Amino acid sequence: MIPEFGQLSLIIALLMAITLSVIPMVGSFNGKLIWMSASRSLAAGLFVFVAIAFALLTWSFYVSDFSVAYVANHSNSLLPVQYKISAVWGGHEGSLLLWVLILSGWTLAVSVFSAKLPLEMLARVLSVMGIIAVGFLLFTIFTSNPFDRVLPNVPRDGGDLNPLLQDFGLIIHPPMLYMGYVGFSVVFAFAIAALISGRLDSVWARWCRPWTNSAWGFLSVGIALGSWWAYYELGWGGWWFWDPVENASFMPWLAGTALIHTLSMTEKRGVFKNWTLFLAIFTFSLSLLGTFLVRSGVLTSVHAFAADPTRGVYILGFLAVVIGGSLTLFAFRASAVKSVTGFELMSRETFLLANSILFAITVNFVLLGTLYPLASDAFNLGKISVGEPWFNMFFTKIMAIVAVMIGIGTMLNWKKTDASKLRFWILVPLIASFWIGVLAPLAFRGDYSIPAAISVALGSWVILSTLSDVWRRTEKASTRTAGLKRLSRSYYGMVLAHIGFALSLLGATINTIYSDQRDMRLTVGKPIEAAGYQYELADVSQVRAQNYNADVGEVVVSRDGEELFRLSPEKRRYMSGGSIMTEAAIDAGFFRDIYVALGEKLSNTDWAVRIHYKPVVRWIWLGAIFMAAGGFLALADKRYKLVKKAETKPVPAKTDKNLVGQEAIAK
Amino acid sequence: MNTVRKQRLMLVMFIVAVSTLGVGLTVYAMRENMNYFYPPSKILAGDAPMGRSIRAGGCVVPGTVERADDSLLVRFDVTDGIGQISVTFDEILPDLFAEGEAVVLTGMLDREGVFVASKVLAKHDEQYTPPEVADTLQVDDTANHTAKCKGMSYDS
Repeated sequence: MIPEFGQLSLIIALLMAITLSVIPMVGSFNGKLIWMSASRSLAAGLFVFVAIAFALLTWSFYVSDFSVAYVANHSNSLLPVQYKISAVWGGHEGSLLLWVLILSGWTLAVSVFSAKLPLEMLARVLSVMGIIAVGFLLFTIFTSNPFDRVLPNVPRDGGDLNPLLQDFGLIIHPPMLYMGYVGFSVVFAFAIAALISGRLDSVWARWCRPWTNSAWGFLSVGIALGSWWAYYELGWGGWWFWDPVENASFMPWLAGTALIHTLSMTEKRGVFKNWTLFLAIFTFSLSLLGTFLVRSGVLTSVHAFAADPTRGVYILGFLAVVIGGSLTLFAFRASAVKSVTGFELMSRETFLLANSILFAITVNFVLLGTLYPLASDAFNLGKISVGEPWFNMFFTKIMAIVAVMIGIGTMLNWKKTDASKLRFWILVPLIASFWIGVLAPLAFRGDYSIPAAISVALGSWVILSTLSDVWRRTEKASTRTAGLKRLSRSYYGMVLAHIGFALSLLGATINTIYSDQRDMRLTVGKPIEAAGYQYELADVSQVRAQNYNADVGEVVVSRDGEELFRLSPEKRRYMSGGSIMTEAAIDAGFFRDIYVALGEKLSNTDWAVRIHYKPVVRWIWLGAIFMAAGGFLALADKRYKLVKKAETKPVPAKTDKNLVGQEAIAK
Repeated sequence: MNTVRKQRLMLVMFIVAVSTLGVGLTVYAMRENMNYFYPPSKILAGDAPMGRSIRAGGCVVPGTVERADDSLLVRFDVTDGIGQISVTFDEILPDLFAEGEAVVLTGMLDREGVFVASKVLAKHDEQYTPPEVADTLQVDDTANHTAKCKGMSYDS
């Protein structure tokens, strides 16, 4: 019965979502207060029923109810309990349910933290989010129902969760990523509401910013987790492949980055309102596109997609309605929200605008590289894949320009700046970073690398110019600490995020240039030398665990004859399904990782072993954490107290309005 | 047309021109980095270029996998049911690489027509054949991508 209750609560959630997408919206045009305020309780109801459905599916996984097709396909009685739970979102149906759960969670959050929002605006925002929920609930119920049963022939055991997904990284990666993806629906809904009302002022931007920042922060963490997971779990030692699935999550992040920056202009100066609205629509559209790419099967093959097109066609249709609808609305209404004030060339606006344009261009590059192979296959122009060099070529160049601009842009004032006053504050970090860049490659083994010099110079320029700006802004204060205290939290958020950008930039470039990656044939007991370390395969033993058997190697790593540490890479064979998995062993460090993975057994004494020396690879993810932390820190700024105050207030019980909601459903 | 409209028209035309140029240049740059897929029979027919990166794929012919004694170098044949090509690879093979299973390769053809692979991808799990391979395999099972290499005879 449990799965049927899950099914039922999904259907109730759908009815709630339909009501939410109609009643408050209509009410906002008719001025009916009760209709509009019904939005809050409907949002709560939607969340509760989706949460019940999700909890019941989780329960089915927990008790291994293999009469549920989705459970039977993605779980197994041998699976450790934490993976039974995370298997809930290990497949298509469950991850869609997670999508809807998170969407209803954001909807609820908006309704709770919106004490100061005009009712009309709130009603429209929640209604738009309701429309999105309707789309995804319909999709879940009709094409990807996680509660479908396999009756009467219930399988005795499940087909197991893909061993790749039996990992801590995969427990938290999808929820984080979805928090980001779906979080952009909030600013999207705000944009649509603004277009409908034709009112877009700095207050509007102030409402949007915390939501956008937090979605962007979650997405940053989600992408970093995915990259980290690929690094240690896939056994190749790479951290980014420009794979379409990665690009699908990276595109909304790039657009979101542009959006965060234009929102700050719209809030502070009331300029580029249309561009901000467009980016809000664009960012969420990319989230939807990402969902389509990953969930429709179109990436595995255009033809596989054509063979079973129900899911893909549905999302494509939904995509067309949402994107087409919102862009049409944008075309008709954008002129209603005009920007008035002007600014000069040497102003923060110029740099922020250029930043957002650069990021928008980057998105289009990535989009082209991701969709071109699909189009080529669909039109029978040949099966192609776009190589990583192409992505790297444009991406590094655009990011280099971004890095140069960050340093100057943060120092400039709004509207206009007397550049001569900044000369000292720009020149000092400029000269310092130039010399750091020139000298840095000497510290590494091998030939002098000019790309490394440029990357280090750019990275240190971003960090030093940011710090120089902090120094400059605290100069006039009575004491340095007093000055530091006076700077706003959103300013510190920016500082953190920009330093994070520099860390990721340094990590990615230095790692790419100086990594030493080798595949070698190792004989037990015979040490070899690579990148200044000696590696000896001491032993390979068999180990048995709960749901797999493994060959575990023991690799002794030493330097100049002195043993440093031992690594135990594993080769696992999972009992159900028989999949083989490589578990790399990593000695992680702030300045370098040593990465050892076991390949095949070549003879009784010989094994293929992958040995990588990876400098500063951790900085890539550390940078992402800094960026996310910056985004979240900015939320705590005093300006957004509107949101903060509401937070402390208990949610008032609204039994009367709940009744209204339920009556509406009864109809 | 008044001046405001004229200005707007100019702006729109400017944006259209610049973005067309941009897209054109990027697609042109992309051509250099595109890896086309060729099934073994096409390679044997001489359709594939030599000395530039391409992709190929098919089923690993059972009994053809040979390993060197002192290095990681491995040599095996790949077939699509019509033609058979030799492949060499000197890095670690993926976990799911096996005789009679599907692989997708990235690499170059050398003068002797041997495919020198720089990347070998094996199928993800036991029920799956990579779509490129499945689409080009000459097996009478067109509907799905399930374990196509198993349904093959390797006599050719």
